[in-house]
Parts: sequence; C-alpha cells; structure tokens
Amino acid sequence: MMEQFTEAAVKPSEYLTFRLGEEEYGIDILKVQEIRGYDAVTRIAGAPDFLKGVINLRGVIVPIVDLRLKFQLGEVRYDEFTVVVILNVAGRIVGAVVDSVSDVLELTAEQIRPAPEFNSLLDANFITGLGTVGTEERARMLILLDIEKLMTSAEMGIVAEEETLAA
Amino acid sequence: MGEVSNQGIQGGEFDLTQFYAVFFEEAGENLANMESLLIDIDLDAPSDEDLNAVFRVAHSIKGGAATFGFSDVTNLTHELETLLDRVRRHELALNSSMVDVLLEAGDVVRAQLARHQGSTTDIPETSDLVGRIKLLASGAVLEAKPKASAAPAAPVAEDLPAGTRRLAVRVGPLDDPKVADNLAELFRDIPSLGTIAATDGGAPDAGRFRRFVVTTTSPDSELIELFSFHVAREQVLIEPHVAAAPAAPVPPPAAAPAEDDGFGFFVDIATIPSVGAAPAAAPAPSAPPVSAAAAAAPAAPPKPAEGKPRAEKSGAANLDSNTLRVSVERVDQLINLVGELVITQAMLTQQVKDLDAAQFRGLLGGVTDLERNTRHLQEAVMSIRMIPMSFVFNRFPRLIRDLAAKLDKKIELKMVGEATELDKGLIEKIIDPLTHLVRNSADHGLETAEKRAAAGKSETGTITLSASHQGGSILIEVRDDGAGLNRGRILKKAVERGLPVRDDMTDSEVWALIWEAGFSTADVVSDVSGRGVGMDVVRRNIAALGGTVELESAEGQGTRVCVRLPLTLAIMDGMSIGVGGETYILPLASVIESFQVEPGMIQTVGSNGRVVKVRDEYMPVVALADEFNVPRLHADEEGKAPTEILVIVEAEGKRLAAIVDELLGQHQVVVKNLESNYRRVRDISGATILGDGHVALIIDVSSLVKRTRH
Repeated sequence: MMEQFTEAAVKPSEYLTFRLGEEEYGIDILKVQEIRGYDAVTRIAGAPDFLKGVINLRGVIVPIVDLRLKFQLGEVRYDEFTVVVILNVAGRIVGAVVDSVSDVLELTAEQIRPAPEFNSLLDANFITGLGTVGTEERARMLILLDIEKLMTSAEMGIVAEEETLAA
Repeated sequence: MGEVSNQGIQGGEFDLTQFYAVFFEEAGENLANMESLLIDIDLDAPSDEDLNAVFRVAHSIKGGAATFGFSDVTNLTHELETLLDRVRRHELALNSSMVDVLLEAGDVVRAQLARHQGSTTDIPETSDLVGRIKLLASGAVLEAKPKASAAPAAPVAEDLPAGTRRLAVRVGPLDDPKVADNLAELFRDIPSLGTIAATDGGAPDAGRFRRFVVTTTSPDSELIELFSFHVAREQVLIEPHVAAAPAAPVPPPAAAPAEDDGFGFFVDIATIPSVGAAPAAAPAPSAPPVSAAAAAAPAAPPKPAEGKPRAEKSGAANLDSNTLRVSVERVDQLINLVGELVITQAMLTQQVKDLDAAQFRGLLGGVTDLERNTRHLQEAVMSIRMIPMSFVFNRFPRLIRDLAAKLDKKIELKMVGEATELDKGLIEKIIDPLTHLVRNSADHGLETAEKRAAAGKSETGTITLSASHQGGSILIEVRDDGAGLNRGRILKKAVERGLPVRDDMTDSEVWALIWEAGFSTADVVSDVSGRGVGMDVVRRNIAALGGTVELESAEGQGTRVCVRLPLTLAIMDGMSIGVGGETYILPLASVIESFQVEPGMIQTVGSNGRVVKVRDEYMPVVALADEFNVPRLHADEEGKAPTEILVIVEAEGKRLAAIVDELLGQHQVVVKNLESNYRRVRDISGATILGDGHVALIIDVSSLVKRTRH
C-alpha cells in the first residue's frame, strides 16, 4: 500500500505524475513521502471544503487536502481506488487526494516549456512549467506544480498566516 | 468507539500482572523512600513525621504483599512494623543499630520482591534478621560486637560501628584483573582505611571485572582517590553493599583466590580484629558481606558456567536501579513501528469484518486479540516517553535548602501538579531554565528575613512551583512572594546597557527588558545568580522548545514567571464524547458533571441565547454539534429522538453547559499538536489518536468558555 519513492536515488528532474479529472500533473518526486489509500478522516469544523480533515499517519496528525475539490476537477469519489499522496513540504507533512497516481517520469529541460499567462482556479504562480511527454503522435501535457508553494500558500489555509508571511 | 472506555478489562492473568507491576513499583519507591528517610533521620531527635513515614512504608508493603500472597515479605514487614510501631510510639528510642537493621531489612525486602518479580531466584535468608528485629522490638540493645563463639555456624548480626559503611566495589573492565589486587595492598598499608575482601573468589571472570566488599569509614571520594593510584577512576564503581546473599553457605577456603597471599581475607577487622588469616575466615561470622556471586558459585558446582553469571546478575539487579537507558531515537523508532502496526491491524480488522463468524471463528478471534494487544502495545510504547514533572521538581527542595543556607534567607518551597506528565525530551530540556528561574526567585526575588519582617510579611518567603495543562499547553509557573521587580532600577540598568527605553513604557514592556542579554539588576553579584547571564538564556532555551515565557510582577508582592510549553506528547485524562457521529475529547479536569437533558430544562434568553440553571447558577448552553458544525443525529428508526446530555465544563472559574449526544468513556490520551502540520483551529487545543487509530480533536474548554460567555 505504501511505496517509498524517496528511497530510490532519484534525480531532481524526476516527477511523480497524477491525474485530476482529465488533467495530468507532475510534482517533484523529492517532495513525496509516500502514497496511500484514503482512510476515514476526522473533520475539522470551519475548514474549507477541500480540507477533508486530519488523519493519523503513524502517530502524526496530517491534514488531508482534496485537490479535486480545490481545483474543481474530476469526480469526487472516495473508494478503495482513491489515492492520497503524502507530501513533505516546508517541514510539514500534508496529504493530497488525487484521482490516480500514474507514473514517475524523468523530464529533461527541453521537455519543459513555460506556462502561458492565463486565468484559472490554479494560480499561475504555482505552475513551474508545462511538460510534454509521450510519443510524437500521442503527446501528453503535464502541468508541473510547485507543490511546496501551493501547499503552503495562504489560499490552501494549511499554514497559519503569520507563518506564511514569515516564509 | 465505545471500546475506549473498557481498556482495563481483559484476561485475568494480564490484569493481575498489571497490579503486580504497580505493587512492585510502589514498593520499590517506598523502600527507596524509607532508605533516604533512615539515612537522614536525626537519631537523637527523630521527627514523628519521619518515624510515621517509615512505619507507613512497612505497613503499605505488608498490606500489598499480603494481598498478593507474598508471605515471606509479609512476615518480614510484619516484624518491621512491630518494631517501628513501638519506635513511633516512643516506647523505644531509635538508635544506630536499629537504623542499620532497618536498612538491612529494606535490602532484604527488596531482594524478596526481586524474587517475586522473577529477576532472581535467590531466596533471601531472613530468620536471623527477623530474630534481630524481634530482639530490638523487645527493647533489647544489640551489641556492636556479637560474640562469634555464641553461634559459630549461624550468621551473626553484622552491625557496623557508627560511621562505618559496607560497600560493594566493582573494578573493571581491566586488561589484567590482577591489577585490582593492588587495591587490597592499599588497605594493608593504610590500616585506618578499613578492610577489603574479594567477593568473586579472585577468579578473573569473563567480564574482566573484580568485585570487593569494603568496610570503611572513608567517603567514596576518598576511596576513589586512593584507588586511582592503581586503576582508572572510571573503572571503579562503588555502591552500598547489599547483604542479600544467603548467609548459610559460607564459601570454603577453596573459593579464596589462588594468589591469595593474605589480603583476600573475608574478615572484617574492624569488628573482629583478632582474626586475620584467610583459612580462619570461613567459620567467622562475616558471611553476610560476601556477595551472592561468591556464595552461589560453590553452591552450584555442577554447572558453574550457568550458576555464576545468574548469581552475579541478581546481585547487580539489587545494586543497580531497575532502569535501562535507551536513546530517544530508538523509542521514537519503536513508536513509529507500532504506529505502522496499528494501521496494519486496522486494515486486517477491516478485511475480516464481513467474514462468516461461525466459519472463521479462529481467525476472527485472533484478529480481536491482535487488536487488543496492538492497542496495549501502543499505549505501553507511548508511555515510555512520558515522565511526571516530579522528575524535575524533586531536585528543587534540596536546591532551595542549600540556597536558603547560602543566602541566609528563610525559604519555603511549594510544589503543585508534580504528577503532570510531560514528554521526556521536554522534561530534560526544561530542567536548566527552571533551575535558573528558581535560583533567581530565591536570590533576587525573595528578600532577607529582616527586610520581609520590616515590610510586614512573614519572615519565610515562599516559592511556588506548579505545573498544569492549560489551553493546549503545559504551563509551568515559578512564583515567589518577594519584593517584585523594581521598575526604576530596570530602566536605569537598561539605560546603562544602552537598551532602547522610553519613559512611557508599560510595565510589561519594562519587564521584557530583563530577558535581554547581559541584564541583571541584582544589587550584589552573588555566586548564586546575578552575573547577568541567565534570563536571556532561559528565554532562548524555552523558545527552542517552541515555548514562551512571560513574567508578571508587582512591587512588594512578588514575581511570577510562566513558562508555556507546547504539547508534543503530553498525556492527559480525557473524557471522550460523541457529537453527532464524531468523537471529541474533553479534558477531564475541566468536566464538572453531566446529566441528561430534561424537557424544559433549557431556557432561552433573547433570540438565540440559551441558559440552563444548575444548582442555583445560570450558565450558557452550547450545542457542540453547532459549534463544530457537526451534522445532527437524526431520529433513529423507531422515531425516538436521540437523548441529549449536558456536560458542565469549567475553565478559569467560568462554567458552561455543553450539549453532547453521548459520553463514550474516560481514558488517558496522548495529546498531539495539530499545528505541527496544520494550523490552529478555533476551540481545539490538539488532537489525539483513539484506540482504533482514528484522530479525535481535543476541545479547548477555556477558549470555548471565553468565547461563549462574551
């Protein structure tokens, strides 16, 4: 159930890719602690809807964010196929619910293009670039996220505001 | 989740061992307590309090032992009780031989308990000891020099002259154990030093250690000083000798070291100066000082390889405290592994949930056992890290006593909340800052007796140390009723130090100045404190623990320093309550009472205020389900509305009635910080992990009360 991706010697350009609805995202594999199934969470009163609650991860209380709800992507279902990516960002442990985890990919600099300016629920500040993977005919686009920046941002509300300012 | 309430219920055997453990622990503490009381006791004028305390030790051990059927312990402590009872009634005067016998009896009881605990198989010989206790209780005075001829075969009292101590000395590891024999030379050369006897038969054992019993009037430091001529200081271990060895098997001369050339005698010259040669030692009444190691070796000749280490181990168990130093990382690793185990177990439980109970009885039973065992394992592992605050506080009475003498002040120390448990990591790091604060209170805070009297206060100054859980933190307070901080002097000093000051600074801003580096306003720089280092170090150390420190002071009234530490692993007693389908924890300390809601009990005030009258007091009513936006429980199938329960909680003297759906039970919870990975949540002080691995939030009662009463 748990795979320790961090254990493998990886290069900094390796990305864990996951799906949110029809979109495919990539995050720095070094930020990923483990991948696990979705367990019952303990709801926190007054938290935004995408903050599902907290879980007990081997004695550590970890908040769980549903990125599908956050970006209004995909069908929000919680079953045995629901995947939580446990992230290690800015000294914190945070879980992110995604539709599915697809792959670990190595991207070269040529494969990454800057993201254009656009309006979306996902602030362009959190996108480090757009990657192209797959063959010529069946190329897929990867949205590369700065997951650390995203998770510690004020709009996620995981980190208390004074800490966000300090960081 | 109802299981949290019945954690204590399990197989009878396990339960019994649990009580055993408590008894052994208590008895051990009691014995240590008795020992220190006896050592400190004033023979000429023993205080009634001390005598009663010693009596209570014997009494409570006797009671416990009788409950568990440890008849040997009961018999011995009964005799002790008889003797002590007469002493505390002042029918008998306490004397040094009595103290010696009592101390010896304490050691024997300890050995007996060790045997019941299974850490040793030696049965301590008590008939002689009991005889002596009876003799003392009858009012007879034990002679300092018992006649050896009176009972040559039987062990005789090993009363030592006043000031003489019998010590177990271990030397090693040595590359050449024979080096240790030089120690005996020392005793030969310096007759006033006392006597030494090898207890390991002189055989260079596997551990390259040598063991001796030393009878001396010299302090440990002097012995080590002398020993260091021959062996490194670190290789010498000196401990009080425990005469727990069975006295009967007197080692034959063969057990004496082969290279014994006159120094390995087993005889106590101080008591029996006439005996001097090794062979003559065998029948001499000096058997008790021979340790278990030497005594047991000849007793079990067929399997010396097995017998000897075991005997040595039992000796060591008596001498060393029964604790083990383990690195915190290892404990944390254990905690993490157990956490993983809990998850695996929860997964298994989930998997087998729908299996046919008849067909898979064995499997389901096993999974149930696994669940229970895992939970106990988790609790046990978690508790390793928790230490009561008394671990820190206990060092202060002595410190205050010394300081009071040094500073020529009268100081009383009060301690509150010593049982508050705190994570070991925090406890160890809080010792130094707290010591600083206590020293400061004693030195700067409290005035001299004359000044206090002149100010119309009692001559004795009071320093209060307290620890409590409050609002999701641990609050440690050091309070004194001294002179308080002097605003003018602090400002003057701050100007001298070139710190930014204004005249319109508030008091708290002024007090904050003392946390600056190199700040001290003591009139005299004493060797206790006042060198100007300290307060800034205190603040830095506490900040490094993620805590805060605040200071309040009123001139002439005293100073209060509050150290607030975050809860990392603090344990607290909680009451778990069901709100809707969710479980929350209320700190048990804040729960006053609870009762079922009767119709008409709750009245409204204005449009949305609700109050309830409990025993002539109106208090606001809060539905926790509303506070925490929990979906309300719907009426069940029979159409019966769920019963609501009112729990009266109190914080900072203000009460509040909280509506909950269910009381699930009381249990100790390990408080986890929610903020380490998330942010602060309103009215929540932390989180804990329930027996089933789920997270439950702990309600911050003081925040809840504050908010709803405003």
